[in-house]
Amino acid sequence: MPQDQLEHIVKSYDEQLKKLRELVVRMGGLAERQLADSATALTRRDTVLAGHIVARDPEIDALEREIEAFSIRLLALRQPVAQDLRFIVACLKVGHNLERIGDYARNAAKRTIVLASQPHVGSMNGFEWMARLVQQNLKDAIDALVNQDAAAAERVWAADEPVDEIYNGIFREMLTHMMEDPRNITAATHLLFIAKNFERIGDHATNIAETVHYAIAGDSLPDDRPKADGSSYAVVRPPAG
Amino acid sequence: MGATTESKTGQAAGFGGVEARSSAALNTTARIACKNLDFFYGTNKALKGINFDLPERQVTGMIGPSGCGKSTLLRVLNRMYSLYPGQRATGEVLMDGENIIADAMDMNALRAKIGMVFQKPTPFPMTIRENISFGIKLHEKLGKAELDERVEWALTRAAIWGEVKDRLDTNAMGLSGGQQQRLCIARTIAVRPDVILFDEPTSALDPISTLKIEELIDELKRDFTICIVTHNMQQAARCADQVAFFYLGELIEVSPAAQMFTAPRHPKTQEYITGRFG
Repeated sequence: MPQDQLEHIVKSYDEQLKKLRELVVRMGGLAERQLADSATALTRRDTVLAGHIVARDPEIDALEREIEAFSIRLLALRQPVAQDLRFIVACLKVGHNLERIGDYARNAAKRTIVLASQPHVGSMNGFEWMARLVQQNLKDAIDALVNQDAAAAERVWAADEPVDEIYNGIFREMLTHMMEDPRNITAATHLLFIAKNFERIGDHATNIAETVHYAIAGDSLPDDRPKADGSSYAVVRPPAG
Repeated sequence: MGATTESKTGQAAGFGGVEARSSAALNTTARIACKNLDFFYGTNKALKGINFDLPERQVTGMIGPSGCGKSTLLRVLNRMYSLYPGQRATGEVLMDGENIIADAMDMNALRAKIGMVFQKPTPFPMTIRENISFGIKLHEKLGKAELDERVEWALTRAAIWGEVKDRLDTNAMGLSGGQQQRLCIARTIAVRPDVILFDEPTSALDPISTLKIEELIDELKRDFTICIVTHNMQQAARCADQVAFFYLGELIEVSPAAQMFTAPRHPKTQEYITGRFG
């Protein structure tokens, strides 16, 4: 727990909660790195780095299992209530979200390996920018948990709109490339999935922020999060003639 | 601070389950209402301005560190303190429109309406049957058949009938601790009170006997208004519909149990229930 909170009478309890927090922070750091590396591998067409990302994913999975086992152990042995209960349950949920984030980063890396053998399609600027925004949100959400900062968690929760907007832009751009030249279809489809992966990572970051907010404040954020992902309804007209 | 009627945690998306016994289910009709209740042991003020309701046919758990006033409040509710000189209560404790701490209150009638079960099982050194019929005879004149029926009813409601029906005329001291406590509960409900006060009813019992008492409390709340003082917070969480936290003679917070143990509103409550007490 942060410094301004009272310590438990039973010191080993505090130590266990500290250990749980460290596991989540380590997992969060790893997920951030996977995301950052997958963006780098994509923009540099670096298949070696992409291979490293795929190889590192089991590390994230192992951390999730460790967080889960340790949380269940704490629930059983400490019978936590109130803020402690909320914190432990939050760690369980955040672990699950981070595991999914790891999977999306791995998937992006796998597609990057395929893309390296395909022609360039479009610009990578949107991908870079999107990955950077998402990574910042992910970092801020984990930091909010560590610093017990509900306001920071709420800011992350509300900050997903720009990510959605970039995703919409990429979606339209890729559809246009595909219509222009069918030889772009393989690359553009992979790029679309990669963009979707990054966008999903952003959604998981906001899930983490929501969970963190509940853990700290004890109440939930509203059901309706600001969203701008309109790609589900998008139609792109083929060029005339 | 009055009983809360809102539950923020109930809305907690993705944290389902906490609403099982939230305020939505709370009956808010007060069976007993304390208004500006102060209590003194001599000059020592042990309860300070308590405003607090026991909702009808609900279980109210009272928690707090030793000396916080929770047992004192129980002693006020059935006027036990009146037996001791130098102890007095001011303010109002309303039940059926009467102030039960007024001097004019008929103590025998009060104690027939408000029963109490203590920490240690206190069977009388007589037979099981006599333990139950003793209190009934004080308040009512029943024929033998009716009396036997009432004894069976009380023992059945206290979930001990099956274990004692073949030895009703043996000495109650031969029962196990858990059985003795259920016998005491049967003795309490035999006079058909409205309210039952439990003062740490399971602190001297093993875990299985404890669960049997808790199951019994859950069953009894269909007909009785129940107040339970416990040092075991998990017990309050398991049994109570609303939980009251007392500290240094003050009522700090009353909340539905689900809220109290997931997201208490008062920092002092949080410190106490999470084991961070200074």
